[in-house]
Amino acid sequence: MKRTAQFLALTAFVAAVGLAGVVTARADDQKLLNVSYDPTRELYEQYNDAFAKHWATLHPGATIEVQQSHGGSGAQAQAVIDGLDADVVTLALQGDIDKIAKKGLIKTDWQKAFPNRSLPYTSTIVFLVRKGNPKGIKDWGDLIKDGVQIVVPNPKTSGGARWAYLGAWAWAASTYNHDPDKEKDFIKQLYSHAPVLDSGARGATVTFAQKGIGDVLLAWENEAYLAEDEFGADNFDIVVPPQSVLAEPPVAIVDKNVDAHGTREVATEYLNYLYSAEGQTLAAKNHYRPSAPDLVTDQSLIQAFPKLKLITIDDPIFGGWAKVQPYHFGDGGIFDQIYKPAK
Amino acid sequence: MSSDLPSPKSAVEFRPTTESSVVRYTLIGIAVLFLAAILVLPLLTVFTQAIVKGPAVFFKALSDKDGVAAIRLTLLVAVIAVPLNLVFGVAAAWAIAKFEFHGKAFLTTLIDLPFSVSPVISGMIYVLMFGANSLIGPWLKQHGLEVVFAVPGIVLATIFVTFPFVARELIPLMQDQGSGDEEAAISLGANGWQVFWHVTLPYIRWGLLYGVLLCNARAMGEFGAVSVISGHIRGVTNTMPLQIEVLYNSYNFAGAFAMASLLALLALLTLVFKTILEFRFGADLAATRRH
Amino acid sequence: MTRSISLPNNAQTRATREGWRFVKPSVIPGFGLTLGYAVTYLTLIVLIPLAGLAIKASSLGWEQFWSIASDERTVDALWTSFGSSLIAASVNVVFGVVVAWVLVRYRFPGRRLLDAIVDLPFALPTAVAGISLSALYAPNGWIGSIAGHFGVKIAYTPGGIVLALIFIGLPFIVRTVQPVMEELEQEIEEAAATLGANRFQTITMVILPRLFPAILTGFSLALARAVGEYGSVIFIAANIPYKSEIAPLLIIIRLEEFNQPAAAAIGAVMLVIAFAMLLVINLLQAWSRRRFGNVV
Repeated sequence: MKRTAQFLALTAFVAAVGLAGVVTARADDQKLLNVSYDPTRELYEQYNDAFAKHWATLHPGATIEVQQSHGGSGAQAQAVIDGLDADVVTLALQGDIDKIAKKGLIKTDWQKAFPNRSLPYTSTIVFLVRKGNPKGIKDWGDLIKDGVQIVVPNPKTSGGARWAYLGAWAWAASTYNHDPDKEKDFIKQLYSHAPVLDSGARGATVTFAQKGIGDVLLAWENEAYLAEDEFGADNFDIVVPPQSVLAEPPVAIVDKNVDAHGTREVATEYLNYLYSAEGQTLAAKNHYRPSAPDLVTDQSLIQAFPKLKLITIDDPIFGGWAKVQPYHFGDGGIFDQIYKPAK
Repeated sequence: MSSDLPSPKSAVEFRPTTESSVVRYTLIGIAVLFLAAILVLPLLTVFTQAIVKGPAVFFKALSDKDGVAAIRLTLLVAVIAVPLNLVFGVAAAWAIAKFEFHGKAFLTTLIDLPFSVSPVISGMIYVLMFGANSLIGPWLKQHGLEVVFAVPGIVLATIFVTFPFVARELIPLMQDQGSGDEEAAISLGANGWQVFWHVTLPYIRWGLLYGVLLCNARAMGEFGAVSVISGHIRGVTNTMPLQIEVLYNSYNFAGAFAMASLLALLALLTLVFKTILEFRFGADLAATRRH
Repeated sequence: MTRSISLPNNAQTRATREGWRFVKPSVIPGFGLTLGYAVTYLTLIVLIPLAGLAIKASSLGWEQFWSIASDERTVDALWTSFGSSLIAASVNVVFGVVVAWVLVRYRFPGRRLLDAIVDLPFALPTAVAGISLSALYAPNGWIGSIAGHFGVKIAYTPGGIVLALIFIGLPFIVRTVQPVMEELEQEIEEAAATLGANRFQTITMVILPRLFPAILTGFSLALARAVGEYGSVIFIAANIPYKSEIAPLLIIIRLEEFNQPAAAAIGAVMLVIAFAMLLVINLLQAWSRRRFGNVV
C-alpha cells in the first residue's frame, strides 16, 4: 500500500510539473499575424518591437502582439490560401499576393492601398562568394563556368529564387540579344550547376554559409550582408554584378481575415508605420533599400548600398508578373522544362 | 587446442569462460570510445554550446516571448497526449494480456505501427485528413475549427507518434503476470476495478511509470510529425523542438542549444529515473526489457 | 451471461462443440470495455488517417502513382534512406554486440553509467540529436576538426547521415541482445572448453549462434526506425537531391510545393516498405520464440 502511494505521488508530481506550464492565462492583447517571406526574420523582430511601442503611444494602455511566420514566399502564399490566418502578408513578390487576391482573401486593387505601390522597401540579388572569390565570379555569365557550383533556392517555393532566376534571365536577354533559345539554354545551364534547391532563401544561406556547399550563393542583398554580419566578413565576399533585377517585396492587408478578427485598424497602421522614419531606418539597418531614403536618420546607411543597374519586372523583357509567373514558373513553364538537379 | 592453459600464477584468474585481459581491455576500450563518440560527446556538446555565448544569451532564448510560448506549447501537448495514451496503453494491454481472442496479432501489429512509420508521414496523414483540400477541411473552416496549422493538429500528431510506448511496456509485463492472480481475486468476490487496482497495478506500476516517462520524453521531443502540421507560427504553433530549428536557422546557435539543453536535461532525468527504478526493482523490470 | 471456469492457456479459440467464439470465455471482466476503447482509439488515430493517405495516393491513378514512385529522384531518395539505414544498422550490430558484451560480462568503473546512457537515443529528441551531432562533426567541431586533419569530412556528407542513424539505432541492438546475453548459461561455455574449444571458437560457434535471433531482431528494429528518421538527419545532411536527400525530406519538399498527391505517393511507398519490415520482424520473433523459447 505504501509503495502504491509512493508511485501515485510520483505520477502526480510529474503531472503537476506538466500542468504548471499550462495554467498561466494571458490577458487579451490584440494579436496580428504577419506572414512573411524567409529572410525578413531579423527585420520584423526589430520592427515589431518598435511598432508595439508606437502603438502604445497612439493608444495608451492597448498592447499589440505581432506574431510572425516565415518561409518561402510561394509556399507562404499557398498556406494563407489554405487557411493560415494571416492579418498581413509581407511577401517577396507581387505575384504571390495576387495569388491570394485571386482567391478573394485580398481585394484586387491591393497595391494602391499603400505608398509606392505597397513597397516600403526594395532589394536586389547579389552574389555571395567565398573569401577572395577563388572562382573569379564577376557577372551572371561566370556562374556557368566549369566547376562552379551555385546555391540558390527553389523557385517553386521561394520568392528570392524567382528574383534570382529573373536576374539571370535579364542578363541572358541582353547578352544573347533576346534570342529565346539561347536565353532558355543559359537558364538550363545555370540550374544544372545547382546541386540543391532549398525551399527558402534562409535555407539556401544556411546551406552555403554553414554547410559549406557551393561556390556562390545567389542571395537577396540583405541576406548577403546579414550572412557577412553573422558568419564574419572574413569568410565571404559580396560580389555585385553590373546589373541585376529590382526585387520588389510588397505588403498587403488580408482583408477577409482582418475583418473577421476586427484588426483592420491596427493592421493598416502596422503597414503604414513601415514608411515612417523609424520603419525606413530599420529597413536600411537591415540592408533593405528603403523607398523613402530621405527619412532615414543615418544617411551613411544609404551611401553603403552599392550602385548597379536594376531591371524592373515591368521591363519589356519580362512584361510584368501576370506574364512572368505562368510563363516561367507555372506548371509546365520554362523552369519545369529545364530543371533537373545537377547529378 | 586451448591456448590459455593455466600457468601457476594465473591459476586464480583463469576461467575457461573469460577472455585474456588484453582482449578484455581492448573490447572495453572499443565500447567506451564508441559510446563516447556517438552518445556522450553529442550530449556534452548540447550543454557546452548552450553556454558558449554566456548566460545572457542562454536565458534570453528561454525567456523571450517565443521561447516561453514554445515551452508552454510543449508542456500542453504532453499533458494532453500522455494521459490519453496512458489510458489507451492500460486498456490495450489488459485486453491483449488477459484474454485470448481472434485478431490479437493484428492488434499488436497495429500498436507497433508508429515505430515503423516515418514521423513525417505521421504528420502528413493528418494534413491530408484535415487540411483545406480534404473532405473534412471545408467543413472545419466553415465552423471556424482549426486543426492543421494549429494546436489540435499538433496534439493529434503527437498522440499518433507516442501511443505505443505505454502499451509496449505493459503488454509483456502483464503477459508475464498471467491471469491467475486476477482470477483468484474474482473468485474471492472482487469486482473489475478492485482487481485492477489491488492485483494488477502493483505488479505493473514500475513498468507503467517507465512507459509514461518514455511517452512523455517522446511527446515533448517530437520533431518531424509536428513540423509537417504546425505551420511554424512563431509564438503560437512552435513546440520546443521546432523553436530549436527556428533559432538555428536564425543563426542563433547558442539560443538553439539553450533550448536543446532543456530537452536534454529532461532526457537525462528520464534516464536517471529509469536507473533508479532498475536499481530498486530490478526483478520487476527485467521483464520489461524483453521486447 | 454464464461464467465458465477458465480453460487452460493452450486452449485455442477455435470452433468447438459450442461453436466459433471471438474470445475465449474468462472470468476476468472488462474485455468489452478495454478492447472496445482500444479499437476505437486505434481506428480514430491510426486507421482512418492512414486510409486517408491511401485514398489520396490512389486518387492519382496507377500510372501517375507509378511515375512518381519510380521517378529517379524518388528512387534515389529511397535508396539513400534505405542504404544509409542498412549501413548504420550493420555498424550498430558490430559495436552494439561489443557494447552489450562488455556491459554484461565485465566489471569496470563507470559500467553502470555507460549502461544507463545507452538509452539516451530513446529519450533525447531527434532535433537535439541533429544539431549536436552537426555541431560536433562539422569541420569546426571537436571531432570534425580532428577528422579534418586527416582530410575526412563527416558532417554535410552522406557519411553524416549514417552517423545520425547509428545514434538513433544503437539502443535497439544493445537492449535486444543484452537480456539474452544475461541469460546464457555459463555451463555451455564451460562444456565447450572442456571439449577442447578455445575462447574464439567458443564465442563464434557456441555463443553467437544463440544470440543470433536477438541480433537479427535488434537489427530489424534499428533498420525500421532509421529508414523513417527525419529530425536528426536533416541538420547533418547536405540534403542534395540524388545524393544525400532522404525520403522523408522529399515528402516534405513535395508538401511545400503543394504537391500533396506526390507526397502521399512517396509516403505510401514508404509505408509499404515499413509494413513489409514489420511483418518480417514479427515472423522473426515468432520463429525465434519457437526455436529458442521466449528469449526475445
